[in-house]
Order: sequence, then structure tokens, then C-alpha cells
Amino acid sequence: MEAISKNISRRNFIKFSSLTGAALTLGLYSQAAGKEAEIITPEAAENLGIEMNAWITIDTNGKVTITNHRSEMGQGSFQSVPQMIAEELEVNLSDINIVFAQGNNAKYGSQITGGSSTIRGTYKKLLKLSATAREMLIEAASKKWNVSKAECYAEGGRVIHKSSGKKFHYGELVQEASKLEAPKNVKLKLPEEYKIIRKPLPRQDTPLKTNGTAIFGLDKKLPGMLYAVVERNPRFQGKVKSFDDTETKKVPGVKHVLPVKMSVFNTFREGVAVVADTLWAAMQGRKVLKVEWDDSGFEHLSTEQLYARMSDALKSENTLSVRTKGNAEGIYQKSENKIEATYETPYESHACMEPLNCIANYQDDKLEIWGPIQGPDWVQDFLSPLLGLPKEKITVNMTFLGGGFGRKAFMDYPHEAAVISKEIKAPVQVVWTREDDTTQGPFRPGMMYHCKGSVNANGNIESYSMRTAGQNMDHQWPNADKKSYNGSATEGFLETYFNSLQHYSFSDSPLDVPIPVMWWRSVYASTNAFAMESFMDELAAKAGKDPLDFRRPHLHDGRYHDLINKLEEVSGWKNRKKGEGYGVAIAESFSSIVGEVVKVSKKPDGKVKIDKVWAVMDCGWYVNPDIIKAQIEGSIIMGLGAAVTHATHFKDGKAVEQNFNTYKIPRITDTPDIEVHIMENDEKAGGVGEPSLPPFAPALTNAIFDLTSKRIRKLPFNLEEV
Amino acid sequence: MASLTLKINNKTHTVDVDPKMPLLWAIRDVVGLTGTKYGCGIAQCGACTVHLAGTPVRSCSIPVSAAANKDIVTIEGLSSDNSHPVQQAWIAEQVPQCGYCQSGQIMAATALLKKTPNPTDKDIDTAMQGHICRCGTYPRIRKAIKAASQLMNQKASIK
Ligand code: FES
Ligand code: FES
Repeated sequence: MEAISKNISRRNFIKFSSLTGAALTLGLYSQAAGKEAEIITPEAAENLGIEMNAWITIDTNGKVTITNHRSEMGQGSFQSVPQMIAEELEVNLSDINIVFAQGNNAKYGSQITGGSSTIRGTYKKLLKLSATAREMLIEAASKKWNVSKAECYAEGGRVIHKSSGKKFHYGELVQEASKLEAPKNVKLKLPEEYKIIRKPLPRQDTPLKTNGTAIFGLDKKLPGMLYAVVERNPRFQGKVKSFDDTETKKVPGVKHVLPVKMSVFNTFREGVAVVADTLWAAMQGRKVLKVEWDDSGFEHLSTEQLYARMSDALKSENTLSVRTKGNAEGIYQKSENKIEATYETPYESHACMEPLNCIANYQDDKLEIWGPIQGPDWVQDFLSPLLGLPKEKITVNMTFLGGGFGRKAFMDYPHEAAVISKEIKAPVQVVWTREDDTTQGPFRPGMMYHCKGSVNANGNIESYSMRTAGQNMDHQWPNADKKSYNGSATEGFLETYFNSLQHYSFSDSPLDVPIPVMWWRSVYASTNAFAMESFMDELAAKAGKDPLDFRRPHLHDGRYHDLINKLEEVSGWKNRKKGEGYGVAIAESFSSIVGEVVKVSKKPDGKVKIDKVWAVMDCGWYVNPDIIKAQIEGSIIMGLGAAVTHATHFKDGKAVEQNFNTYKIPRITDTPDIEVHIMENDEKAGGVGEPSLPPFAPALTNAIFDLTSKRIRKLPFNLEEV
Repeated sequence: MASLTLKINNKTHTVDVDPKMPLLWAIRDVVGLTGTKYGCGIAQCGACTVHLAGTPVRSCSIPVSAAANKDIVTIEGLSSDNSHPVQQAWIAEQVPQCGYCQSGQIMAATALLKKTPNPTDKDIDTAMQGHICRCGTYPRIRKAIKAASQLMNQKASIK
């Protein structure tokens, strides 16, 4: 084993050296899972016989190349990662090149772009790595000048000798520096010393996205590549019984027709692939393909049946306890001042703007993949046993992603592409049409919630319980423990509430049905928060209190008070005018806290319109305020979609909505004015891409209640019909 | 199959294709200009928007034969160096997130500004409501169109 790793590390080292002449390359090496990673040079790695990742390489021209181990799906890692590195490395942003990493979790650790983790998961490591490189360059310069390190400093890609003003640019120092040992404890800058971090600097990928040169998965072509579309069984666990490809084979350009199976959790999705020399020919061939399905052995459910089961589950004796304190049920039973309510949220498609697609080239027992992929290392791990190929024989390349939202973290579509390529022995791009993408799932699970709560004589919460019914994503994997509760059933609830409430209970009644479900931007928080924060508003009304003031006694931490005060101030909460409805919701997910206030009023025709949304984000330590602002705007608009414009329904075991004519995405005309504020504090970095989605829907329905006294407990609802 | 002449971004291409093939696939897969995107295929999202004889059209819903011998402009033809005022405004306002819908948005905005150099919010709504952005960049699209309008007016007054 050691010999193999040694070879790999040697190869890496040689590759980098020959690429750059000579270079200072630094990477991270984890001795064991859970242990803090060490910063090392390729030489040190070589001596230890280990494989390292080359995160940062500085070449003799002073150009910096960094490897982006995460995908870029719109969330801005292409900008925020270099911004962090430039700050501590003391280089200009323009001197940094970014390359996409290939899938390799032995080198990079987890690469999955999910859980809003790109920054919060890696920022400390990256800052330290960059500062270490800077210190090594300073040391190299001080040695050359024969002065002490303290007499030198780094700035703009140069090391400068303070008294004489002599300079070396980094390129002149890398050879020396690469021979030094990486210092152990470098000092990181304080936020007040930042010159690049915290600045709203423009994203470097923007110019590629305004002139058509950014290469998304669908834009990637390989020499000799064929195109495939797949007629998949519209029922998720159905099989192919037989097919007739007589007409398909007559379509000019069609080369192969073959049955395919791709792994979806503990089952397979089956279909028939049509492979042709153009995508259009493949689509034409698919149109005249006749397939007979075998849909026996599983239930064909409708939306009504699904929610009837959830409703039953909420009433049944059987429930799994998730998190409790005190005696919520006992207090509730005795209370005179209590309410209960049931909430409902829909199934959703991800509807990324770029439909799913993937290129696979399976040749000579090697597989290479290109595609819009959120987790390249997951794809390797997943495909290796399925295809019987060692991981080293699977290369996964990431392109830009035209949206991801969780869907492109799943490995089914690379699997399908690999199976087809292996079979036809040629590189192939499998393209999902919009209809395929919208109807095949996995979907955001539809959920129902039952909340019960009571308030005491002071108008404070005395007991709080929430019961969840809906599918548990974890239960779909082979050998899953279906008795396990949904670990995300409290996601969205403010951490401080757990401290302040004396009696609470969260429980879960999982639904087991054959519909594939998975992460959808902000995952369970995206639906939990609707129930949690609607119910908070109902409790406030029960207590006869202002919804903001009602929350205050339950915030046992200054951070939350700061946020709620800011929200009150920026939204003009206390100065609302007649005819205006204000609603608030606050949710905590992925280690960030977001509060939103929505203002609504009536149009001349009496229909409700959304006038404005204020969002206050506390994500602790952060990099680029403009990227955060963009993510908040986008999350609110996506949350608006799931609240009022779209949902996925099922009929006879098939998804009903197929394309954007029925699965209606919010448009520019649906978009309210959005004002964003970011809190400044010393808290740890939290997520940015997801946490502002959950509070939007409840803030909106709470505002509608404020204006009309009408409670909306089921999403989506039609704004026109309020 | 038919041999057709496509005039894309002032360049002439002779393509041998099924005349019913949507213009979108001819541009992307036959000519190889991938800046124009596929989003829905049914004229609902605008990702595939190009200019045909000066008018914005949904290339997914036009057969390639209908575009033969006419002037076609794609995102690549606007300018490759991002010097077009709409592109500049898009960069200044930092519009794109994933970027996938943006070629279509930019082509629609360009056509709007050509016809209506000083668009009102209503004009912007009408011209842009056929264009979906799943990332929700709409607030910035609105700002960028206004900024582009200013840039173009400045340019015009300098001339
Ligand atoms: S792809 Fe043409 S309008 Fe959507
Ligand atoms: S920027 Fe992603 S769809 Fe518009």
C-alpha cells in the first residue's frame, strides 16, 4: 500500500514541478479522520510516503494556482475561496488561477458541495495554509538578504525589506521557500486587518457567464462522443418488461437502443436508452420507441393518498421521539391557554436550470466522467462497487453547474451514463430533457406537521411540541434502520429556544412509500420552518403579543437579540401604516441564523401583493458580502416559488407536473423588493447558500395573517386567491 | 436531411441537418456554439433566446429551416470580450449566479434596449417575464438593464 501511495505522491510532485519549473506547493495531509490536518510540502509528503493534495502552488512567475475542491453551482465558491487565500497569502486576486479538482476524497477530504459547507467547512484550513505559504516566502527572502524575518513583510505578491525598501516578487522566492519546513503556528489576521475578505469584490466567473464561454456539463463535448436520451419508467420502481425499437432504429443517426438500470437508493430506475450521433436524433428515436413496463410489486400513489397517510401518522400512537425536555404533553394537557395546528408542505422538484446530464467514457477498464456534479468523490465511491472498478480507475471531472440545490449531489445520473458507455464502448453524453428532470425525482419530501403549545399567564411559551410526518431520506438506503428518527426534524428551530424552553417535545412519524426523495435547498429546514414559525406566530396571537416582542424572552443569547433588534429597526416594524401587513420569521440552519420580515398590502382589486422583504443574516465570519446578498435574494425567490407558485403532485404513482408550463418557477414579475443586511460579529462561519430560504414562507403567511386575519397552513397557496 | 446556410454572428455555416431540427440544436450541436442554452424546449424559459433578423426568438421552438439565410446573433456574437454595454452592466451588477440562464436573459435585454432605450419597470417586466432564472437573479437583472440603458445613452451622447 505504502509503495502505491509513494508513487502517486511522486507523480503529483513531478507533475507540479514540471508544470511550473519550480514552485512552492503546499497541501494538507490528514493522519487520521478527525485529526486536524497538517500543512506539508510535496517533499515532506514524499519522505513520509503519503499522498497530499496540492491546494496552493506558486510558480516562478509569482502566479498562484489553487485547486477548488468544491463545485461551482452559482453559490460563488469561485470567488470566495480565492478571496480568502489572497488575503492571507498577500497576493492580488488577479494573480490567482483556479482549477477544478477531480474527485478524490483521500486528497481533499469530503468534496460534497452541500450543507452550505464550502466556506464554513474549510475556511480555517485555507487561511492557515495561505498564511503558512506567506511566512515561508518571507523567510526565504530574509535568508537571501541575510536579515531577520521581523524586518520583512509581504504585500501584493512581494516580500519587502522595511528599512531599505528592497523587494523580491514571490516568483523569485519559490525555489528557496520550497526547501523550507512549513512553520507550525502562523498568526492569522484579525478581521479589522482584512483588505480583501469582507469586500464585495466581483466574482471572477462572471465574465465567463456573460459571453457564453462558461462550460456547463451540457456544453462539454468529447471527440467521437454520442448522445443518449432515456425513456425511463415514469413510476419510480417500475421495470422494463419489453420494448420495440423497430421504428427507432429507422431514425437517421440512431446507433444503439439498449435497456438501462441505474441505482436509486435501494432500488433501480429502469429505462431504455436511445443513442445517436446528435441529441436531436436520439430524441426523435425516443419518440417512436415502444416500451412496455412492469409496474407490479409496489404501490401507485396519489398526492391525496400520501397526505392522508401523513395525517393518519400524525394521529397514530406510533411515533419516534427526536428531542424532548421536561413534560410538554402534561403541561399542555393541563393548560387553559393552548392551541394546536396542522401544517402541510408540498413535494418539489429541484428544477435546476441546467437539466441533468453526464458524460461517461468507459474504456479499457477505466472510466472518466464529466458533468455538473456536486460531489465528485461521492460519484467515485458510489460507482466503484457498482461497476466493479477500483476507485483509482474512475476519474470524475466537474464542469460548471447550471444550478444544483442538492439534486446534483446524487449519483444516479453518472451511474446511468457509465452503464451506457460501458455497453456501447464509446463516450456518451446522457441528456435528461426538462420533462425527465422534473418528473423523475428524487424530490423534496412533502411533509405534514402537528404543533401543540401553551402560553403562561405572562404570555410566554410554557410548552411546545411538534410532530413530523413525512418521508425520511435516510430510510431509503439499503439496510437502513427504518426505526431511526429523522435527525433533521428540529432543523430550523433556533438553538436558543432549546435553552430557554422548559418543556418541549419533537417527534417523528416516518412515512414509508416508494417515491424517491432527497435534499432540496436547505433540506428539512425548508419545510420545518414553515410549521415552526407559523406556530410561533399563532402562539404570539394566543398570548396577545406582538410577534417580535413575544420571541424576546425566549432568546437567551445576545446574538439573537442583536438580530431581532436589527430586523425591527430596518423593517420599520413598529411604524407600520394602516392597510399594511407585516410578518416575521426566524430560522436557524447550517449554523447561520436568518430573520425575515415580509410586508404585504392589497392591490386595488383587493388581491394581496408582496411589497417588500427584509432579510437579516447572521452567518458569523464571512468573506464576500455581495455574494451573500445574492444568495439571500436567490433563496428568498426560490422560497417564494415553493410557497406560492409550484409543487409536484402525484397521480397513479407518477409525477404530474412535467415542464415549466405547469411547474411554475417565479418570474421577474413575481419578485418583490428585497433588502439584505448582514450582522457583524465574531461568531464562527455559518452557511450562506441555504439558510435564508426557510424563513420566507412563514414570514409571508404571517404577514397575510396580520393583514387579513386569515391563517394559511398549507403550501403552496395561490396569492391571487387569498 | 437538407443542406442549409446559417448566418450566425456574421459567419456563414453550411449545415447538413434534418430541416425540422430546432435551431437550438443546430447552433449548439452542429455549429458548436454552446453559449445558447437548453432549458425547457417548449418556449417557456427563454434560455435558448437568440436574435433572428433582429428579433429575440426561442431557438428551441423554431425549426432550423426557418432560420436559414437570415441573420442570427447568439451570445457569442454580442461581443467575446464583454464590451457590449449589456454585458458590462451585467458584470457591474454581478448578475449571474450559476449563469445558465444568463445568455438568454442578456439577449432579451439587448433586444429590449434596442427597441426601448429608456425602459420603464413595466417595459422590463414585459420583455423579461418569459425568462426563468432558477437562481433568482431577477432583482439584479432589473438593475442591470437600467444600468445598461444609462451606459448606452452615455455612449450615444459621446458620439
Ligand atoms: S429552451 Fe427554449 S424557451 Fe426554454
Ligand atoms: S443564474 Fe442560475 S438560472 Fe439564472
